[in-house]
Amino acid sequence: MARHLINAMVNGDRVEFVCGTGQTLLDVLRGELHLTGTKNGCGTGDCGACTVVLNGRPINACLVLGAEVDGSEIETIEGMAQGGELHPLQQKFLDHAALQCGICTPGILKMAQAYLETNPDPTETEVRFALAGNLCRCTGYDKIVRAVLDAAAEMRASET
Amino acid sequence: MNEIKTPRGGSNYQWVGKNTPRPDGVDKVTGRARYGDDMIVPGMLHGKILRSPHAHAKILSIDTSKAEALDGVKAVVTSADIPDHPMAQPPYPPIVNDFHDISRNVMAREKVLYDGHAVAAVAAISEEIARDAIKLIKVEYKVLQHILDPREAAQPDAVVLHEDLFTYGVEPKPTKPSNIFRVMHGERGDLNAGFAEADLVIEREFSSQPVHQGYIEPMACIASTSEDGTVELWTSTQGHFVQRTLLSKLLNMEMAKIRVTASEIGGGFGGKTTVYAEPLAIRLSQKTGRPVRMTMTRSEVFRATGPTVGSKTRIKVGMKKDGTITAGEAEIWYQAGAFKGSPIGRAVDTFFSPYTVANCKAAAYDVCVNRPKVAAYRAPGATMACYPMESVVNELAKELGLDPVEVRLKNAVKEGDESLMGTKHGRIGLVEVLEAVKEHPHYKAPLGDNEGRGFAVGYWLHGGGLSSAAVNLMDDGTLGVATGNPDIGGSRSSMRAMAAEELGVNVELLKPIIADTGSLGFSYLTAGSRTTFATGMAVVNATREVIDKLRALAAKKWDIPVEDVRWDAGQAIATDNYKDIKPLSLKELAGMATSMGGPVAGHSEINASGQGATFCAQLVDVEIDPDTGFTSTKRHTVFQDAGRAISPDYVEGQMQGGAVQGIGWALNEEYIYDDKARLQNTGFLDYRMPVASDVPMIDTVIIEVPNPNHPYGVRGVGEPPLVSGPAAVANAVENAIGQTMSDLPLSPPKILAALHAQAAGDD
Repeated sequence: MARHLINAMVNGDRVEFVCGTGQTLLDVLRGELHLTGTKNGCGTGDCGACTVVLNGRPINACLVLGAEVDGSEIETIEGMAQGGELHPLQQKFLDHAALQCGICTPGILKMAQAYLETNPDPTETEVRFALAGNLCRCTGYDKIVRAVLDAAAEMRASET
Repeated sequence: MNEIKTPRGGSNYQWVGKNTPRPDGVDKVTGRARYGDDMIVPGMLHGKILRSPHAHAKILSIDTSKAEALDGVKAVVTSADIPDHPMAQPPYPPIVNDFHDISRNVMAREKVLYDGHAVAAVAAISEEIARDAIKLIKVEYKVLQHILDPREAAQPDAVVLHEDLFTYGVEPKPTKPSNIFRVMHGERGDLNAGFAEADLVIEREFSSQPVHQGYIEPMACIASTSEDGTVELWTSTQGHFVQRTLLSKLLNMEMAKIRVTASEIGGGFGGKTTVYAEPLAIRLSQKTGRPVRMTMTRSEVFRATGPTVGSKTRIKVGMKKDGTITAGEAEIWYQAGAFKGSPIGRAVDTFFSPYTVANCKAAAYDVCVNRPKVAAYRAPGATMACYPMESVVNELAKELGLDPVEVRLKNAVKEGDESLMGTKHGRIGLVEVLEAVKEHPHYKAPLGDNEGRGFAVGYWLHGGGLSSAAVNLMDDGTLGVATGNPDIGGSRSSMRAMAAEELGVNVELLKPIIADTGSLGFSYLTAGSRTTFATGMAVVNATREVIDKLRALAAKKWDIPVEDVRWDAGQAIATDNYKDIKPLSLKELAGMATSMGGPVAGHSEINASGQGATFCAQLVDVEIDPDTGFTSTKRHTVFQDAGRAISPDYVEGQMQGGAVQGIGWALNEEYIYDDKARLQNTGFLDYRMPVASDVPMIDTVIIEVPNPNHPYGVRGVGEPPLVSGPAAVANAVENAIGQTMSDLPLSPPKILAALHAQAAGDD
């Protein structure tokens, strides 16, 4: 398999890695950069556990090739808490008990973060559709949706 | 709206029943928590499994030479590397761990028995090479006729999976092998007299399909073997102590030489209660002397790990005009999958157990078919029996013009009644659960066009059993709380709350951990809704031992008898006879412990009994789209007796998560095979689990009828919501379309066909 030398910004750090043509961004994040907070639930883009933000857009890292991200900016769960402070979404997930096993949590947090940037004041239904690509088998989604709505409210309040 | 009802009044607890911060929470929202596939060990190899493309075939030969010759391949294993074991012999316990079967399930020996059955495994220096290598293994098969349906497989002329399997528990002893492993029965009263007494008798047949637990984290493990034969295993499991037992027996190894550490676990729901890739990773590691990591793909998880059983049921129930259930008779056939051992005992116990039916009889058949061997799934064996019974009870109530909840109240079991498998109920909360349903605004809320409301109640006897715990006091007055149960949904919070309550100190002083198998006494699985009950009892015992030692320490310090020292609110206090002695706090005592005799720790190893039956009722409103047959769940309320909710948020979470799994089971999820019995829907796109936009908020009503056999009144809470969930959803669909539906899942094509048949009938 051919190898590619890739430069990218990951969580604000400049990184350089070599990847095979067939390796996905998920393979690279977990296997080469050891950023294992991004999870592999299916490898086919159906569960959303590997959601990261690529150049401002939430994507499934298992559906992007490592070789495609040269020159890109990538944000993963490891970069979400800043300066020792949890992001409001992270804090609200804890406050609302919005996780049980926690395996889907990093992907859902990144999806919700990206979504709230495009729609800071969503309805319950909008949140449900925004997260429809992120499977959670434990919670039944109730507490996740509440946590996202509450975080959105808090983020709006702190904007003003 | 979520609420908690405590019929005998609230409690004065400081931590129990409060939503305390979750000890593992921050790690799980920051990506720091390490799950099965998140461990990286220097020098590790990557393992991959070759799987059968056939559902039933004889293995004629396996040639691994080309794979072994590939650059980067370090070892290949087949069934020749897994010890064989004789078949387990009767009398059989309720759950049979037959190592003859387990050795053949982890690696096919004479035959492959399902699509996806493991045939060989490879360890290589990269995943890519391992993937390439398994393609180089040549397996010669002789394809045999397959069988998928349990009732067909139970016929005398059916193709047989195991030539050495003879039905157990029937007379005369069979001379011909069969796919039926055993039949379990329960019976009481006089069935004929009971049906004769009834004003209305309904008899129906039902079916359900295998559904997968659907945990989001695929199976993953790393095995590392040293030159002295010691194995370290890191794995995502619901029970690392049970894994050690299984691996030691399967691989003929000393238990003490296998040390298993449970990773954080990304869901299990019963599916991670046995071994799959672990013994292969160990063998590959032994052969190479290097750590070997094995992680399944999602497709492998669907094809080769146990879903729950699919079922066929025939049920007949009689009712008087006043709602009394006079008789019930049921027969159920469970698909065990390729090897015996489906949860048939639970089926027999479930059918009639919420009700005081004087005359009833149930029989359940454990039948082998060419599907992956079933594993537990949240209340294993109960859901498929609850659904037919609740459906028929609702139909009887409707036909007799009776209120479905009143009918249940009339027949509800109470303290002193017995389940069909002989469990005598202590204090139980079924009546309180049903009363809460009646009082709830959801029960009488108006319905819109194309909407229907469903109701069902389910019974579940949660587990007890073997648990160990250790509580270690540190010099600064903080404490470690170690248990042997993987925390799958917040149990560390509950363990900590109970220990803090005993000690009378802030929960933040306690750090709960999951200890590895070398560090603590045996602990059975995190399964059967047993952890907060059984392991919680061990934690309470261990904490009380710490308290007793601290009382003794204070007595020594004060030079008074220990009987004169009590423990209250985090301090040792001398009785009123010693008015000038000032209390000593936990922190002060911790500081003096080492110099006054030694470290302070408590431990407890128990076989917990006294578990109490749990009842969970659900109200569900659905709307059917008459053009597509698509069902949307509009409103869903779950009512459950939790005994005592130690961490209410997480009890609600169990109720909500179970309810949504029930929606998936009732409406969408199923294993779909082609004509060669190859699984067609091996990914989350085609195996359609509920997503956020499919479901509404799930309201919960926690009823607290404390279990008198637990220090805080705990009943198991994880499984009951999935006993009654699918029945309630199916009943709502029936109510919306005005027809009895008897084959789960009630997917859009089935509903559309029912609507069309109805329209044709009306013309």
